[in-house]
Amino acid sequence: MIRIPLRPLARILRARERGENPDAIEAENRRLRHEAIQDKARRRAEGRLALMASLFVLGFGTVGVRMGALASTDPIEPRSEVMSAQIVSQRADITDRQGRVLATNLLTHSLYAHPHQMVDPVGAARNLARIFPDLDADKLLRDFTGSRKFMWIKRKMSPEQMQAVHDIGEPGLLFGPREMRVYPNGHIASHILGGSGFGNEGVDSAEVLGVAGVEKAFDGWLRDPANDGAPLQLSIDLSVQSAMEQVLASGMEVMSAKGATGILMEIESGEILAMASLPDFDPNDRPRPLLKGDPSDSPLFNRAVQGQYELGSTFKIFPVAQALDLQIINPNSGINTTTPMRIGKYRINDFSNYGPQLSATDVIVKSSNVGTVRIAQMIGVERQKAFLQKLGFFDPLPIEMVEAPTGKPLVPTRWPAVTAATVSFGHGLAASPLHLAAAYATVANGGVKVTPTLIHGRTRPQGERILSERAAARAVDMLRQVVTRGTAKQAEVEGYEVAGKTGTADKPRPSGGYYDNKVVSTFASVFPASAPKYVMIVTLDEPSVTGPGGESRTAGATAAPVASAIIRRLAPLVGLEPVTDENLPVIAPRFAPRVESQPGDELKVSANQ
Amino acid sequence: MRPLTYLACALLVMGLAFWAYRENYRTQAALGEMSQVQREIAQLREDLGVLRAEWAYLNRPDRLRELVDLNFDRLQLIPREAGQVMDLGHIDYPKPPAPQPEVASESSGNPAAPQE
Repeated sequence: MIRIPLRPLARILRARERGENPDAIEAENRRLRHEAIQDKARRRAEGRLALMASLFVLGFGTVGVRMGALASTDPIEPRSEVMSAQIVSQRADITDRQGRVLATNLLTHSLYAHPHQMVDPVGAARNLARIFPDLDADKLLRDFTGSRKFMWIKRKMSPEQMQAVHDIGEPGLLFGPREMRVYPNGHIASHILGGSGFGNEGVDSAEVLGVAGVEKAFDGWLRDPANDGAPLQLSIDLSVQSAMEQVLASGMEVMSAKGATGILMEIESGEILAMASLPDFDPNDRPRPLLKGDPSDSPLFNRAVQGQYELGSTFKIFPVAQALDLQIINPNSGINTTTPMRIGKYRINDFSNYGPQLSATDVIVKSSNVGTVRIAQMIGVERQKAFLQKLGFFDPLPIEMVEAPTGKPLVPTRWPAVTAATVSFGHGLAASPLHLAAAYATVANGGVKVTPTLIHGRTRPQGERILSERAAARAVDMLRQVVTRGTAKQAEVEGYEVAGKTGTADKPRPSGGYYDNKVVSTFASVFPASAPKYVMIVTLDEPSVTGPGGESRTAGATAAPVASAIIRRLAPLVGLEPVTDENLPVIAPRFAPRVESQPGDELKVSANQ
Repeated sequence: MRPLTYLACALLVMGLAFWAYRENYRTQAALGEMSQVQREIAQLREDLGVLRAEWAYLNRPDRLRELVDLNFDRLQLIPREAGQVMDLGHIDYPKPPAPQPEVASESSGNPAAPQE
């Protein structure tokens, strides 16, 4: 810094020459210097004041904003601050359509050990083996006396077992809280729910992950804290599902079948009310998947969704409905049914000879393979393929289960004339029973596509129209006649106007060709026929029934009576009332119940008058 | 005048300090109470979950079916069948009994009672 001298020599000399007082110069310079110092000090003080002021404004502003925020927010229960609440609400419940619990959580404890903290490892090992019979005392002792610092002993245990372990009094045995998934209804709806297991495990908590079914498909949703613990409401009705499983199990036993499937679905919404696949399992104790052999032998196999069956004559209604829609035929058109029919080197036979000609309705009612092939030939391969594709037989169903993609139908890659012919009566194309349910629902829904779902009350876009309303109504009428005078007479339930189609398909051998004595019999039905509300599919795997006429495996004798029993049981449960011819008298009330208030009824307040 | 002002200011500061002290402890007490209530809520939530699970377990269809079978002698319950529900208009209700004259004046709710 250059300091200006108080008495600059040049100016002093000049002032002396002029005879002026040089001290005035010094005084003037001194004044200027003081002013500069004062200015500097003032600026510093002002800066400090401004800093202080801004700090105060900031501080009070923070307090003010915080107060305002606290005052304006709604009081909420800060749940995340409490540890155990966090654990309990980790995974949302699953309920049925009426809110009955299908899957929930219980807080339990896991047991782990710190062997280096143990006082009496020998006694601890012996006592643990006594409390948990599945543990081996010798192995535990080896672990406890070895070099391990930490080991899990039990993933979850009951409160009684926990108390018993506590009573051992061993400081090296420790408990960690665990959330456990519970399915209170046991095996009911087991395939839909799937099951759950533990993911990442820590001492304080463990992730509960879905391993199959809805639990896995909605794993992210169920674990999302943003849903605030809202349950996942399925379209399943617990009582309907339970009744279906019961009736289906007894039907399976009577028909000595290996497995059975039942699906009940609402037509308009596509919501599945009940979907059973037998044999089933208990999701609380999920069996291990089979590592070898046929996966369909495992109880884990969901026949309704994963099963790929050639569904037989139940398919016949599709070419007929399409031909009605294209106005190639009408229900009374005569169809040539001379059997056998030749396509190239293949022969197509009917179950019995139905004569040279049947009406289109009778082709369905009597289930004529030849008649259906003739109708399919009128439609043509390309249109037939396109129609089946629109009905959804070429793709896996978009149902909310993790198994859905494995149920992709087995569609032939090439469609020569003979394939088109066999597909028209349900052979050569293997689809799951749920595909069939969706396709029947589409026909019964006036031709508007129905997509099945397991979630209750979700708004979904309207499906596209596949059939004209008139063709769909005529197809349902034909299905009704199958039950009144055709192959499915045993499926009739008085009052519920069951309309349906039987299908008996030979089971394919794994080595190629078909078994002679093993069939899959299916009954696909719609009821009530006058205003279809529900679709029901019953499929029995390898049924056989011995009646007065000897052993029978046809669907009319096996699946149809089971379906009738199920409808008889389920229809009242879903609140469907039978249509009867009986004309009950309407009785006029003999007195008018006085419910509304009459003059003079009102409360009189006499004190005011 | 000035000493009085000083005294007043000192008293004011002491008063405010006392108030702030009390507010501080009251806030801490309220916070403690809140966390206590939260723990209680968490416990109750947990209990509620257990009760819901127990309710669902006790009302599982298999158990109800067994109970119905066990108590068939007394209850005689069978699955609901078609035709068990009908319209109210088809039911002939019996006429209510004619009211006794002395009771009639009291039971004004009885539809057959004569109007006063």
